Amino acid sequence: MISLVDIKNILHDPDPESTEQLAQDASRLTRQYFGRTITLYAPLYLSNFCSSYCTYCGFHSHNRIKRFKLTAEQMRQEMSFLARQGIENVLLLTGESYQATPLDYLKEAATIAKTYFSNISLEVHPMDEKEYQELFQHGVDGITVYQETYDRKRYKEVHVSGKKADYDYRLGTPERAAKGGIRHISLGILLGLADPAEDLHALYQHLHWMEHHYPGVEYSVSFPRLRSIKGTNFAYCDVDDITLVKIICLTRIQFPRVGINLSTRENANLRDHALELGITRISAGSNTSVGGYTVTAAEKQDPQFDIKDRRSVNDIVQLLKQRNFDPVLTDWRGIGNQID
Amino acid sequence: MDTPLEIAGKMFTSRFLLGTGKFKNKTDLAQSIEASKTEIVTVALRRIDLERHDENILEYIPKNVTLLVNTSGARNAKEAVRIARLAKEAGYGNWIKIEVINDSKYLLPDNQETVKATEILAAEGFVVLPYMYPDLYAARALVQAGAATVMPLGSLIGSNRGLRIKEFIQILINEIDLPIVVDAGLGAPSHAAEAMEMGADAVLVNTAVATSGNPALIAQAFAMAVEAGRLAYLSKLPSPKDNADASSPLTGFLYDQSR
Repeated sequence: MISLVDIKNILHDPDPESTEQLAQDASRLTRQYFGRTITLYAPLYLSNFCSSYCTYCGFHSHNRIKRFKLTAEQMRQEMSFLARQGIENVLLLTGESYQATPLDYLKEAATIAKTYFSNISLEVHPMDEKEYQELFQHGVDGITVYQETYDRKRYKEVHVSGKKADYDYRLGTPERAAKGGIRHISLGILLGLADPAEDLHALYQHLHWMEHHYPGVEYSVSFPRLRSIKGTNFAYCDVDDITLVKIICLTRIQFPRVGINLSTRENANLRDHALELGITRISAGSNTSVGGYTVTAAEKQDPQFDIKDRRSVNDIVQLLKQRNFDPVLTDWRGIGNQID
Repeated sequence: MDTPLEIAGKMFTSRFLLGTGKFKNKTDLAQSIEASKTEIVTVALRRIDLERHDENILEYIPKNVTLLVNTSGARNAKEAVRIARLAKEAGYGNWIKIEVINDSKYLLPDNQETVKATEILAAEGFVVLPYMYPDLYAARALVQAGAATVMPLGSLIGSNRGLRIKEFIQILINEIDLPIVVDAGLGAPSHAAEAMEMGADAVLVNTAVATSGNPALIAQAFAMAVEAGRLAYLSKLPSPKDNADASSPLTGFLYDQSR
């Protein structure tokens, strides 16, 4: 495991040549382990009800936005739209509300999603092992849960109230999901909340621990940067493009087989170049509002964050091909998840 | 003259099997199949979606090539069995390469679960080609379970490191009465030649071809290396010795009775 001091030295090294070397090493490893393939997925927001107050999030409980959750019929409408674009990997998201989007609601969403997509992941409120087991049996293959920051003090400052304020419960979520049988777990830190080197080091330790104890799970990581929401900036310490690139490259070198996601939060130029470095999964055709694809008119939407890359799925597929990548839409086939 | 490679009663001239992952486009894959004259190509069921997408990988695999669907993504025997059955129901034939991997870091196959899956699927009439870690007992169990070949890894999948566990593969070649197909880790044609010289019946390569600058060219090089290695094996290649064995001994005169 790389030490915190070494991570700091790399992130603070101003020499462009060291960055280039890091990128070359990361790129070589990515091509060796993933070839020139990029997996595509799309987010689908089911609900923006939230009972947690996180100072940086557009969906937080104190924010006076219109609250929606999709009905079964609206889910079908949204899912059918995404499926027609060619999407097979879907990430279903909600705010963190145990009341508005309880387990039964999520199970229903997964059951409907199974008729449209081959791979279903959830980014929702943390749950217990038993609940993950039920979701797995209802067709959920992946769970995305970011610790946001591993800095306890900072965590407490930005997660003011609600279940999300419980640091330790959140920290144990990947383990509970793994015990529940989930195949794919995505971890992450929200860059901008705390010291990036310290968060990165803690994330590596967490991932390393998970790999050691739950080797059968496929892991991926994400490095979202704090974004403005309708113009307001929440970043505590800005993470610039050079640092983000170094973080992606260093992660690839430390974890050659782990997937690295990049979302539409990033602008097209950075996304396009990052493809060469270590990114293996990107979102396409993203909309971060509830019902944003078909149900809600664009001007009425309150997005969770502002997106920077507005290209359609087809645009992304064509771009990948132009850049000599094979866009992978189908990377799993539902085999009827069973607990053995 | 060489005899054909026989797997489950089917004859193959080529002893080079090709994997289809990691190619940057389907044209490279098609050209690699053509250039190498491979007759068996493996595809992960998880990457096939005939139902919904226009550009399907199977369109790039000629009809005369045997399709070997693999169970990539299976974490245990039951999942491998379910994937195999889905593949058969979807019309992709009954040749199945079992991959049971429950370790995302090293991607090492789980021999015990592989044996279980082989037993179930062979009994259902599948032609089962199991990917395994070269362990003699596991290989014998696979024979008992009804496998059509045994496919030991040369080194970690995708590592390009060659035959890191050569001695144990040699034991399988010596002791197992099924075709031995060395799979995983072969990073250069010389590695493939080495496996064939040892007496392996065939090799399977994917990463080294798919991630090369010119996949078709290296696929052809691999196929040639496989042929060269096979001919060397058939020629009864003199085995390496630990001590010097001079063709003109220097000390023979000391023991010469006729002097």
